[in-house]
Amino acid sequence: MRHFTNGSTAIVRGALASGCDFFAGYPITPASPILMQLLHELPRAGGVGIQAEDEIAAIGMCIGAAMSGARAMTATSGPGISLYSENIGLAIMGEVPLVIVDVQRLGPATGGATTVGQGDVQFVRWGTSGGYPIIALAPSSIGECYALTRRAFDLAERFRVPVFLLTDKELNTTNNTIDAGECAEPDAAAAHGAPIREPAPAGEPYRYEPAAEVPPMACYGDVPGLRFTGSTHDERAFITKDAETVERLNRHLEAKIEAHRTALELATVDLEPGAETLWISYGVTAGAMREAVRAARAAGRKISALTLQTLWPVPESTLRHALGGARRVVVAELNLGQYRLEVERLARHQEVIGLNRVDGGLIGPDQFLEAA
Amino acid sequence: MSSTTITPLGTFRNETPYPFCPGCGHGPILDRLNEALVRLELDPRRVVLVSDIGCSGLSDQYFATSAFHGLHGRSVTYATGIKLARPELTVVVLMGDGGTGIGGHHLINAARRNIGITVLVFNNFNFGMTGGQHSTTTPLGALTSTTPLGNLERPLDICGTVAANGAAYVCRATSFDGDLADRIAEAIRRPGFALLDVWELCTAYFLPANRWSKKSLEATLGELDFATGVLRDEPVGEYAAAYRERAAGLATGGRDELEALEPRFSARLDRKISVTLGGSAGAKVGSAARLAARAAVLSGLWAAERSDYPVTVKSGYSVSELILAPEPIDHAGAERPDVIGLLSAEGLRKARPLLARMDERGRVFTLPRLGPVETRSAVETLDLGAQVPRTGVALAFVAALFKRLGCFPPEAFAAAASLLPDSYRREGERAVAAGLEAA
Ligand SMILES: Cc1ncc(C[n+]2csc(CCOP(=O)(O)OP(=O)(O)O)c2C)c(N)n1
Ligand code: SF4
Ligand SMILES: [Mg+2]
Repeated sequence: MRHFTNGSTAIVRGALASGCDFFAGYPITPASPILMQLLHELPRAGGVGIQAEDEIAAIGMCIGAAMSGARAMTATSGPGISLYSENIGLAIMGEVPLVIVDVQRLGPATGGATTVGQGDVQFVRWGTSGGYPIIALAPSSIGECYALTRRAFDLAERFRVPVFLLTDKELNTTNNTIDAGECAEPDAAAAHGAPIREPAPAGEPYRYEPAAEVPPMACYGDVPGLRFTGSTHDERAFITKDAETVERLNRHLEAKIEAHRTALELATVDLEPGAETLWISYGVTAGAMREAVRAARAAGRKISALTLQTLWPVPESTLRHALGGARRVVVAELNLGQYRLEVERLARHQEVIGLNRVDGGLIGPDQFLEAA
Repeated sequence: MSSTTITPLGTFRNETPYPFCPGCGHGPILDRLNEALVRLELDPRRVVLVSDIGCSGLSDQYFATSAFHGLHGRSVTYATGIKLARPELTVVVLMGDGGTGIGGHHLINAARRNIGITVLVFNNFNFGMTGGQHSTTTPLGALTSTTPLGNLERPLDICGTVAANGAAYVCRATSFDGDLADRIAEAIRRPGFALLDVWELCTAYFLPANRWSKKSLEATLGELDFATGVLRDEPVGEYAAAYRERAAGLATGGRDELEALEPRFSARLDRKISVTLGGSAGAKVGSAARLAARAAVLSGLWAAERSDYPVTVKSGYSVSELILAPEPIDHAGAERPDVIGLLSAEGLRKARPLLARMDERGRVFTLPRLGPVETRSAVETLDLGAQVPRTGVALAFVAALFKRLGCFPPEAFAAAASLLPDSYRREGERAVAAGLEAA
């Protein structure tokens, strides 16, 4: 059995299958279909979906709901992520599990509302003050939209951190054919990550040691005197400027993601022995890359390819492994070379070339074939 | 969630003394809040104080309740999220006059929405924490660190604003009022959105800069013609409750299943092809493309459909690109179309660059009324006859086009038409039949 559907629908189904029971958003092309579908589905599923007065309120409501036990998600595009910025920092600081879908369109500013882009890649990583880490996943097919939405909810809970699902106009709105299994409920074994909604020790909602460990999370209404603050705080969530405590807090916010960097790596590695050229891509552009790989190999050319599903933290060991045998690396993306920076950082002797497009069109298989 | 018997508490305060300047109005207001909470005999685990930013924003730390201290001006949004997720909780926002400025939008919308939270405004006419700058409530002429000429902006009528926008309970008071604790308790008891605008003194900045006192506070109320006391108390439906009530009335488990397409026709296509349809917005070009895609999938092919349109929906062009292939489609695009279908002059205009890229191997389908088409590809004109209504033209055209292409059998098209939404099925089926016939 097959379905003819799109990324938005797959994300909505992935969210519902993950137990998402709270969604707040503000309409924006091309993310609105997620808002409309979830506002239709959630009241039927015992959850709450609301159109907020703006993006600041949307993410604020999600944070409040998440701290009250909801599995919360919001979805927007670049202009909305801009308005989320300060609250992304709040969610990092308060260790709030939250899934944020960024359906990228061509920027900057209003940009191209109905035009594809992949220009928010560095923005979601550095989109709030302080520079602390988040997690970002980028699906490259409708099936991955579903699977990575599920993964995003798991990771948000497990790491108590905002997890971005970075998609784009084409992935979300283009209808495509999928096998029925690609958007189905996974069996119990496929669900990963233990839920961490267990009561925290009374009066101590945070824990900074061991730095890499994520404290259990309690919710409003379940325990007495549960505190939350966006200010630098001690383990009891009281504001403090005590240098030693503040340092432990900040080191913890970094370590709880960084120490698990390798476990967070998701990528499709397709290396061909003897290939001197490695193509690297993510999101919608990786779809074209897969077609180009087939065409190149059919024509007798040796080619290696790497599709990154985890963009942040950078899947460094996978990248290093893939870079290993290559002499030439092509990083393809619908921006002017944002992720190429990360690849260049890891490349030693390889020549790193950008394959970029910012005119609103997709990079096609032919461009890959011409680039290398 | 666990339920426990409620033991009335003597206080909701913890041991920590307030941090405010001597004479600051914040402390007395918090004492009245404590009295109100005690009087209401609330279970402290069911109370969340959501504090804004500023000196008043520090307040939650002096209570043994649950607390949320977020961003400047956004306290109402967090409170809304908490209330929506857990309607049984008592949610009280503690916000300075600064918060009513930067977060005024949220205040208005929370009032309109009538979300069941209580907002306590600590209104001291300036930003205490950041050094006595003017706020939305600074009286005309007042001196602050950012109004060296005397304040030229009219103060915001917070109560009037939320009352005019549907708040259930609105009260203006001063920190000196003997009945303030009663009013706070009353506000919390109301199920809808409640706001208390409590006027008070900032002894560090506003009071010395303006040689103010309790008397000047009262005089300003008079000058502005701002009434005090309960200004509105209406039994308005609360949002979180109304949402759940309406939701309970819906059929549950109603998640629409994804439409199942079981391949049952056989296709004739050995490579990926691209068919681009150019027409006008509102003429069902996309629907027709998706119908063809479903017919292809029912024939065991893989189909993708990508649309391009200006931001408006009912005017301008509408272009749909269909990709059909014998294997899964990773890239839903093509450098140049193999086939173009032209449905309107706007579509033709938009398709011109594509037409220019096509060669002798391409096929172009058009309607009689569009006149000659400049292209190197073979042009076929589809005469759909006069029977097809305007809204059915795209469907009929696409059915005819695909019948001529022959990549899947006409029965697949009819089967796909039977999957059209109820409201449009009969008309759609008729259009498809007409198109198949005209081909
Ligand atoms: C987004 C943002 N802008 C500015 C500030 C700085 N800031 C801290 S407190 C405050 C004003 C608080 O004034 P008010 O709400 O009246 O509280 P008060 O100190 O008078 O109790 C401002 C502007 C901030 N924290 N966040
Ligand atoms: S600065 Fe003003 S508002 Fe802040 S504590 Fe002192 S008197 Fe109160
Ligand atoms: Mg103030």
